[in-house]
Amino acid sequence: MGRHVLLIEDEANIAEAIRFLLTRDGWQVDTHADGSDAVEVVCAAKPDLVILDMMLPGKSGMDILRELRAIDGLHDLPVLMLTARGQSRDRDMAEKAGVSRFMTKPFSNIEVLTAVRDLLAQASRT
Amino acid sequence: MPRDMLTGSRIRERRAIKGLRQADLARQVGISPSYLNLIEHNRRRIGGKLLVDLAEVLGVEPSMLTEGAEAALISGLREAAAEAGVAMAETDRAEEFAGRFPGWAEVLVWSHRRITSLERTVETLSDRLTHDPRLAASLHEVLSTAAAIRSTASILAETGELEPEWRDRFHRNLNEDSARLADSSKALVNYLDDTEASADHRGAPQEEVEAFMAAHGHHFPLLEAGAGDLDAIIASAPELTGRAARQVARKILRQYAADVVAMPLAPFSEAVKAQGLDPLALAQAFAVDLPAVFRRIATLPEGVLPGEVGLVICDASGSILFRKAITGFALPRHGEACPLWPLFSALNRPLVPIRRRVSQLGRAVAEFDCLAIAWPDGPPGFERDPLYRSIMLILPVRHGEGDGATPQPVGGTCRVCPRSDCDARREPSILSEGF
Repeated sequence: MGRHVLLIEDEANIAEAIRFLLTRDGWQVDTHADGSDAVEVVCAAKPDLVILDMMLPGKSGMDILRELRAIDGLHDLPVLMLTARGQSRDRDMAEKAGVSRFMTKPFSNIEVLTAVRDLLAQASRT
Repeated sequence: MPRDMLTGSRIRERRAIKGLRQADLARQVGISPSYLNLIEHNRRRIGGKLLVDLAEVLGVEPSMLTEGAEAALISGLREAAAEAGVAMAETDRAEEFAGRFPGWAEVLVWSHRRITSLERTVETLSDRLTHDPRLAASLHEVLSTAAAIRSTASILAETGELEPEWRDRFHRNLNEDSARLADSSKALVNYLDDTEASADHRGAPQEEVEAFMAAHGHHFPLLEAGAGDLDAIIASAPELTGRAARQVARKILRQYAADVVAMPLAPFSEAVKAQGLDPLALAQAFAVDLPAVFRRIATLPEGVLPGEVGLVICDASGSILFRKAITGFALPRHGEACPLWPLFSALNRPLVPIRRRVSQLGRAVAEFDCLAIAWPDGPPGFERDPLYRSIMLILPVRHGEGDGATPQPVGGTCRVCPRSDCDARREPSILSEGF
């Protein structure tokens, strides 16, 4: 099982906290704050899991997710989406776009850690 | 107001219901029309034989004239019956009901008004929650900052041994985020307080402009007289609090002034009275285009037209740029309107005027004639696509004016539209979700 996580989040302090948390748990974490070139960054970094904020400057997390799912080899890439919008239709849209897990802000650290561990464990079994 | 002061109003109402002219009623009871006029305007007290005679001619008990239920109560009962759409409601006996059971009539009218008020509140709040970009951005800011604080605080609280460098950094982040949360929470509360406190829910520039135009009844006598100073009008408008709103208002008033020059009030009003509300004939008579005529009709003072008119203008993206509300036709405050509106159909066929009879399902089904046309806004240019705008004049269809044709059902916006079998639906309705 790979241990490389790419965190795409424009809130610097959220990114720093998650990065610290996952690094302590043994993950290699890269961060990126802009939506406009996020798809290219994912393709270049080849992470084992992406944590993706829904509202990003340049391009929305939902659009990024749709583009990623359309790329060969990235259909099954685990994507954990973070959002401040918890409405059911946002969740439905994310599920239709192929999200692996949907998490609303504010979340607890243990929720993030558990989600990352679960998603990568599932990915390693398939 | 003393009870006997209302007797005249009741006599006037009963006479109108019976379809009697003032002179006829006066003649039948042996008084002059001018004296009856004074009675009907509650300027003469009445009693004794004259009251009995009037009641007899009007076909009611004298007590119905002196002690009858308030006109507002009866009117409220009729309104409740009409909007309930229940065919068996005995609307012709509303006055009798109000007279015999005034307490229950009050309860019914109060309940109806309360329902109407709550429906409006639901509509406004759901519209705002769904589409208000300022509210969405504000909530996002609060929740994102709360997420950062929660994560950082957890790390500080739950991590046993934390290097001093990291600890200091997280303390600093916590300090920054808590200040940010305080500011964003305060801004959110202020925004909600402002919009709750003001009945017109202003805030966005378009809303301020809408409130400004509504406060003037969409009519500016100074501009009609060619003497208006746009800057002075705008500067004295309490509704226009933001620079963006003032800019939008200035553009609208500049267009208004130009329309006045092309279609001066007196000859335009005369033409409307002489030819009826025929926009094509008016456009020809004043050598202007249809959008100008639509705008001008919407700025006419009360009394020129038989009733109110609504007006909506959008750009090619469908964004509403201008709204003049009309009773019974829901215009969404934020975001997308119903794509079935002729306003949007016109964008598919620029410069082709279209006229559609539509019905909108609100508290009651109301029918409207919608006249729309899309036109290229701004000067033409080579290698440049024209920028289209569309305008729609909304005219109410009065009872009995329909030509029997089935009107096109339309909505206001999907979130508060109850129609379930609509191909144009973008998102579920809160009404069908049982919200």
